[in-house]
Amino acid sequence: MTLLAVEQLEARHGLLQAVRGVSFTVDAGETFALVGANGAGKTTLLRTIAGAHRPAAGRISFDGVDVTAVPAYARLRTGIALVPEGRRLFAGMTVKENLLVAGAYGRRGHWTLETVLDAFPLLQRRLNSRAGNLSGGEQQATAIGRALMTNPKLLLLDEVSLGLAPIAVEAVYRSLEALIKAKATIIVVEQDIGRALGVSTRVACMLEGRIILTGSARDMTREQVTEAYFGLQRARRATS
Amino acid sequence: MKSEVSSETRFIVERWTPLSAATSIVAAALLVMLAFGPLLFGANIVDNLTNLFIYVILSVMWNALAGYGGLVSVGQQTFFGLGAYFAIQLSYYGVAVYPALLLGAAVAALVSLPISALMLRLRAGEFAIGMWVVAELAHLLVALDPLINGETGVSLLALNAFSPNTRRDDNYWLALASMAVLLAIVFALLRGRLGASVQAIRDDEDAATSVGVKVMRGKWIIFFLAAFGCALAGTLWLATSITFQPNTYFGVQWAAYMIFMVLVGGLGTFEGPIIGAVIFFLIEFFFGQTGVWYLIGLGAAATLFALFLPRGLWGTIEDKFGLRLLPVGYRLRMLGPQRANTD
Amino acid sequence: MIWITQLLNGVLLGGYYALLACGLSFMFGVMRIINLAHGDLAILGACVVFFVADATGISPFVALVVALPLMALIGFGLQRWMLERSLRAGLLVPLLTTFGLAIIIENGLFEYFGADSRSLAPYIGDFAFDSWAITGNIYIGSLALLIFVVAVVLLIGLKLFLTHTSLGRAIRATAEDSDTAELVGINARYVYAVAAAIAVASAGLAGVFLAMRETFSPYSGPTQLIFAFEAVVIGGVGSLSGTLVGGIVLGVAQTFGAQINPQGFLIAGHVVFLIVLAGRLAVGAIRTRGGMYGLFARRP
Repeated sequence: MTLLAVEQLEARHGLLQAVRGVSFTVDAGETFALVGANGAGKTTLLRTIAGAHRPAAGRISFDGVDVTAVPAYARLRTGIALVPEGRRLFAGMTVKENLLVAGAYGRRGHWTLETVLDAFPLLQRRLNSRAGNLSGGEQQATAIGRALMTNPKLLLLDEVSLGLAPIAVEAVYRSLEALIKAKATIIVVEQDIGRALGVSTRVACMLEGRIILTGSARDMTREQVTEAYFGLQRARRATS
Repeated sequence: MKSEVSSETRFIVERWTPLSAATSIVAAALLVMLAFGPLLFGANIVDNLTNLFIYVILSVMWNALAGYGGLVSVGQQTFFGLGAYFAIQLSYYGVAVYPALLLGAAVAALVSLPISALMLRLRAGEFAIGMWVVAELAHLLVALDPLINGETGVSLLALNAFSPNTRRDDNYWLALASMAVLLAIVFALLRGRLGASVQAIRDDEDAATSVGVKVMRGKWIIFFLAAFGCALAGTLWLATSITFQPNTYFGVQWAAYMIFMVLVGGLGTFEGPIIGAVIFFLIEFFFGQTGVWYLIGLGAAATLFALFLPRGLWGTIEDKFGLRLLPVGYRLRMLGPQRANTD
Repeated sequence: MIWITQLLNGVLLGGYYALLACGLSFMFGVMRIINLAHGDLAILGACVVFFVADATGISPFVALVVALPLMALIGFGLQRWMLERSLRAGLLVPLLTTFGLAIIIENGLFEYFGADSRSLAPYIGDFAFDSWAITGNIYIGSLALLIFVVAVVLLIGLKLFLTHTSLGRAIRATAEDSDTAELVGINARYVYAVAAAIAVASAGLAGVFLAMRETFSPYSGPTQLIFAFEAVVIGGVGSLSGTLVGGIVLGVAQTFGAQINPQGFLIAGHVVFLIVLAGRLAVGAIRTRGGMYGLFARRP
């Protein structure tokens, strides 16, 4: 069943066109990885799906409903949650407050303060620390926990491993595996191609605002993705 | 996205356009014509024009602060009042009256130095109200001076040595000359290095600092100039009205007038504040007698302009038609074939 | 003995300033707007209560039941129709629009109420003059004490509201990063309007107390704005307890100043404000972002 359908989406930052006519669908229960170089438009695409960025053209339907014009806070209530790039915690508030503030406005469901803390046990003893004082890994766990508190049907993860120590990346991905097993629907933006292929069921590669390659993660090789990543395909086509 | 400039495209930096050269000549001619004002116009018109010149000075000074320095001051009446006060002091201690007017403004400008040391470190709203506090304090302290008789005030009696007609004409010329000199200074500053740097400060202070703009220096020069200009306007006002009452000179309504003139005319443009002053002058002339509604109208107009026409009348015209009457900025003009976006 | 009485009076007066200042500080903390119409909104609140009390003969304290929700509504509307738009246009525009609003309110009140000084004191009977003897010759006014207690209760209540309710947490989250707040389901526009409603209602309450304590006129607003601003800056922005401290320092300075010279009341307040400002600069506490703006760290 299709959960998210993106059709001919265009998004700009002023004159800069960051997303150019992107279309794809994500089925319920899928883990969809978006890879691509810096500036390929991945973050803008995720923010546009979350409603934080207003699209210039195109359509986003979620769960069969057109949500293109729905503002971010209301889109969250339909079940889309974004873990933003750079985590963007409320630094002056405690971990507990960061979680509660999201829980208050999201959907009701499996995820509560207790279940989130079960999923991220490392947060247990940091509950009353200011989010700004946490380590990178702890901050990322809080950011994912904050998104989960809203009980999303679709979770958007933007560069969750960015700036984390390898051991923290492992921990974050272990908790993601648990989510994936629980049949959550996830779109993950990841620079690390190996990591993206390992965690996802389907991969899309973005280059200069367009999706230039999609396929099942199982059938795709690292080399194919790497080529697309750097735009080599296009370059080869041009020379041949 | 790529924006390509092909090899045959060249830019030239342009300062003068035929239009701006023509306008500059017309402006200079207008000034020369105005210099003969007292010989051409009746007493009433001369008085009114003198007031207009004072409004132009205030407007241009406030615009220099806010439009170019990013400093919104609700307390420029500090210098308006101090200028007049020092002129009275100097005259009392025996300085001839017209020199005292100029010296009074200069002394007030000196007083701005310690004030700027404190105030210029504040940002936006803090600076705005901080300056207001300074104005209130200056008002209270001046009223303590026995020479001023508290809120009753005092007259600049030395002016009575001149006949009303001579005084009218002298005031007119002094106001005209002050306006012309201050406009020329602002014009020169904006054309020079300072112009670019203060606009960088206004747009983004942190970024300006990081590319090596001396933020403090730029702000300080503007603040000093604006203090002197407003003080000069205050002494000219004293010359025309003769009486000095602390309440009138240090009143916050002066800030309101300045804000109105600049917002309506065009914040951050050279020509806008002059146009704003003319509009204010006309509104005051026709509606000033309606009292409260006149003030409500000024407040409403300032608010509506800030909200819906933030570049003011002149700024909007300029944007719409790409006009630049006076050459204060730089324009880039492309030569050769135009190649913009490749998409 | 006179000094101890004055000290007590100054402290109690500081309660009024804290009440007056908390809305100004709150609005700045949440929306980064320094509302130049804050003082005039306080006077507007006083005028509303005066109007109700005068027309119906009910006690001004009862009239607050009408006036405070009305002020909150005005704050809500102000945010929606004016401040929101100003905020989008940059840091300076809210200053200009709220200054314009201040002029409109002052002169509008003048048009309606005239230039006369009024007071609510006659409407609250003896309470305006009652006082308690602490020792043989030290008295404190019961109204001044009431105002102080209300200020402290309001500041503590606001603090509890911000930490322990979900709306309070939403306000803090939005104050820190409105973009991200939207991403966790918070309607930032609504939260801003609520914050403005709280700020304006508290200003109105302060205005009513001012009117009970002394006389006011349509043009009393700017002075109140300046007092509120001085209390905020002296106490250090961002902490509600700091606002109380700032209010008390200002109140004590003014009452002591008044002992020295009739004009000393105002002068001492302004001078203390400038000294604190200079001191803050001297110790470099302003850091690079500076003062009110530095204490609310906001993400780019």
